Amino acid sequence: MTPFMSLSEPQFHTDRVALAARLATILPAHCLLVDDEDLRPYECDGLTAYRQLPLAVCLPENEGQVIDVLRTCHQLGVPVVARGAGTGLSGGAMPHAEGVVLSLARFNKILRLDPLARLAVVQPGVRNLAVSEAAAPHGLYYAPDPSSQIACTLGGNVAENSGGVHCLKYGLTVHNILRIRLVSIEGEVFEIGSEAPDAPGYDLLALLIGSEGMLGVVTEVTVKLVPKPELAQVVMASFADVGQAGAAVAAIIAAGIIPAGLEMMDKAATAAVEPFVKAGYDLNAEAILLCESDGTPEEVAEEIARVSEVLNAAGANDIRVSQSEAERLRFWAGRKAAFPAVGRITPDYYCMDGTIPRKRLAEMLAAIGQMEQKYGLRCANVFHAGDGNLHPLIMYDAAKPGDWERAEAFGAEILELSVALGGSITGEHGVGVEKINQMCVQYQTPELEAFRRIKAAFDEAGLLNPGKAVPSLHRCAEYGRMHVHGGELKFPDLERF
Amino acid sequence: MTLDDLVGAIAAAHASHTPLRLRGAGSKDFYGGLLAGEVLDVAGYRGIVAYEPSELYLTAKCGTPLVDIEAALAEQGQMLAFEPPQFAGATLGGCVAAGLSGPRRMQAGAVRDFVLGVKLIDGTGQVLDFGGQVMKNVAGYDVSRLLAGSMGTLGLLAEVTLKVLPKPVAEATLAFAMDEAEAIARLNQWGGQPLPVSASFWFDGRLLLRLSGARAAVDAARRKLGGELAVDGEKLWKNIREQRHAAFAAPVIWRLAVPTTTPPLGIDGVHALDWGGGLRWLSGEHEPARIRAIAQQAGGHAVLYRAPESLRCREGAFAPLAPALLALHRRLKKSFDPRGILNPGRLYAEL
Repeated sequence: MTPFMSLSEPQFHTDRVALAARLATILPAHCLLVDDEDLRPYECDGLTAYRQLPLAVCLPENEGQVIDVLRTCHQLGVPVVARGAGTGLSGGAMPHAEGVVLSLARFNKILRLDPLARLAVVQPGVRNLAVSEAAAPHGLYYAPDPSSQIACTLGGNVAENSGGVHCLKYGLTVHNILRIRLVSIEGEVFEIGSEAPDAPGYDLLALLIGSEGMLGVVTEVTVKLVPKPELAQVVMASFADVGQAGAAVAAIIAAGIIPAGLEMMDKAATAAVEPFVKAGYDLNAEAILLCESDGTPEEVAEEIARVSEVLNAAGANDIRVSQSEAERLRFWAGRKAAFPAVGRITPDYYCMDGTIPRKRLAEMLAAIGQMEQKYGLRCANVFHAGDGNLHPLIMYDAAKPGDWERAEAFGAEILELSVALGGSITGEHGVGVEKINQMCVQYQTPELEAFRRIKAAFDEAGLLNPGKAVPSLHRCAEYGRMHVHGGELKFPDLERF
Repeated sequence: MTLDDLVGAIAAAHASHTPLRLRGAGSKDFYGGLLAGEVLDVAGYRGIVAYEPSELYLTAKCGTPLVDIEAALAEQGQMLAFEPPQFAGATLGGCVAAGLSGPRRMQAGAVRDFVLGVKLIDGTGQVLDFGGQVMKNVAGYDVSRLLAGSMGTLGLLAEVTLKVLPKPVAEATLAFAMDEAEAIARLNQWGGQPLPVSASFWFDGRLLLRLSGARAAVDAARRKLGGELAVDGEKLWKNIREQRHAAFAAPVIWRLAVPTTTPPLGIDGVHALDWGGGLRWLSGEHEPARIRAIAQQAGGHAVLYRAPESLRCREGAFAPLAPALLALHRRLKKSFDPRGILNPGRLYAEL
């Protein structure tokens, strides 16, 4: 399926033969793919519902080749989509029909690891987990741990500002990167940030992290490493009511506790997971909370006692504290396996990524319950409760006509409700192609125009990842026409066609 | 004062090509480049708009004094974890625009790490809302964080939402007698261990180390690290945060941000180590080109932090940018402030 493409997005027309010939002059044969059968593995990323073959895939092995590819595409006016491991869930690495995929897969070396300075310089194709593995002998690790960390790469993490289950305490990618090396579409190299605590000028590192491959291509990343806590323990609590569980989350924070992880799963999620991983979840509970504490043994003991007290006061039915590392991992195993477990009970599922204020959680879950009726599809909910990031997993069957369309509409409604509740359409997966229409709901015309001006400051011709992340105003006008939100017509001044 | 007043003032300045100098309390007038333009005093746009302790955020108008914000947070046992200097009446807008963080920065993060959202008035008088009040939000470019440290050159930060954190249950300050090289070595070794170190400051042969966290963790670290327990810890850190410490007494102060493992820089004069060795404060008259070269060689940069305006204007307060990077800065500046009316020259003469 190809996504809803707007006629009002810039149109590109590439001479495929000429492009392949030019690329062949700058890349060795084993670094260039042009045949359809070789291009097929690149037609989508983790959001498999959207597929598109590119005209070519470039697999450069050094920065000079990256510069040459970008310069060539800039000269020829050809779109470029950078790609890491392709694990993204928002279609950010979906190819452009008239463009090139620039894979950084061969940039897979850890260039330097300095345990004393607690940093590592890595190439963008290095896997997230590989950094922590390399740092482990020094008692250090790289904190952001997206659930795809075994496969996803640092370049992709930078592009998406990836999160994970420990964000509340240890931050997102943006809090854990010191420096990047960036190549612009014109082939110019920029050093952004430094190994010092800050760098002169505007904080471009903050702007570039999470920019979804729209502003430049990263060729090197310096990450911060932090000491591995001596001990981690998890409290598991079950609740007879989702609202109560939500209130317990707020109560933990209000008590001045910032847990290392604070996750919630609803009954549908635990029911899917338990037969699969046997984590020991209470299947009668409407919701379970997992609250992790880490630090020195003394610190953990103190925090676990306080957390247990708060959970009791908040009406938890049953509280269990992991008594060994094996038990801690088992408690987590269910949460970490939630996606594949849901994948076992439904032919397909669609994972959403809205963020809401924690206090609106019960409201959101009630609304999702109603949407299940409305769309005739089931939904399991896992939730990074500590930072308000909800991952509803909408179950559907792609083989059934109309199922995907209903799943997509269901997802869109969740995202738009997230905005209405004071949150965001995406906490960590990015906008990509998937949520581009919902950007028209989260932002008004002036902000979208500002985003487009920022894009132009880096990439005037609009060749980097066109059609992603930031919608054109005409797209929003078209979407507004299709989908008048709350009775209000957005972008009333724009011509509609 | 209302948002409309501020919008009106900036729109009028845009229409008449009048440069504006955005000013909260003026507590950081000493910092950065040239002070130019008609003063737009925003101190009257003040007040906390929203504060939800259990959601960990606070939204306030730019003219709100930091002391008011910290007082409201303290009532709920919370704090601004980046410990910005409060100076004389420093305001929230100026705090975020200047991007200065205090002693806790190496452990907790810098100003920009706590910015969740900004209501910005750009150089044409347009109101733009970026980010929001939730901890995680990756929709659109992260403009809110870009604005931290932009010195008001991209727009007026009319309202800012910050992430706030609980105050640590316990704190203790340890003092160690040691020379600079040893302090640098120790700080980096400790930095790689799971210790609750929340601040460090070395000056004149004495290293101060602050521990923060659970009572048990602070006690255990104290036993492990030794040193001498300082009785007036809170006051010591307040003086460092407010730069009333002897290390900041000279009329000319350089601020060098370098990798924490950088050995002593070997520059004569009064100097101090902050942020686990990542910040070196240097007093006295020095050849600016030499200081900048030393910082750059170490992999960092030097700011002429406090100096007579004539010197800052001649040398530039901030380390010069490579030509391509400067060109990018100019394009970004233009995209927010096409007529260049907001704080011209405050960050770089070319912006």
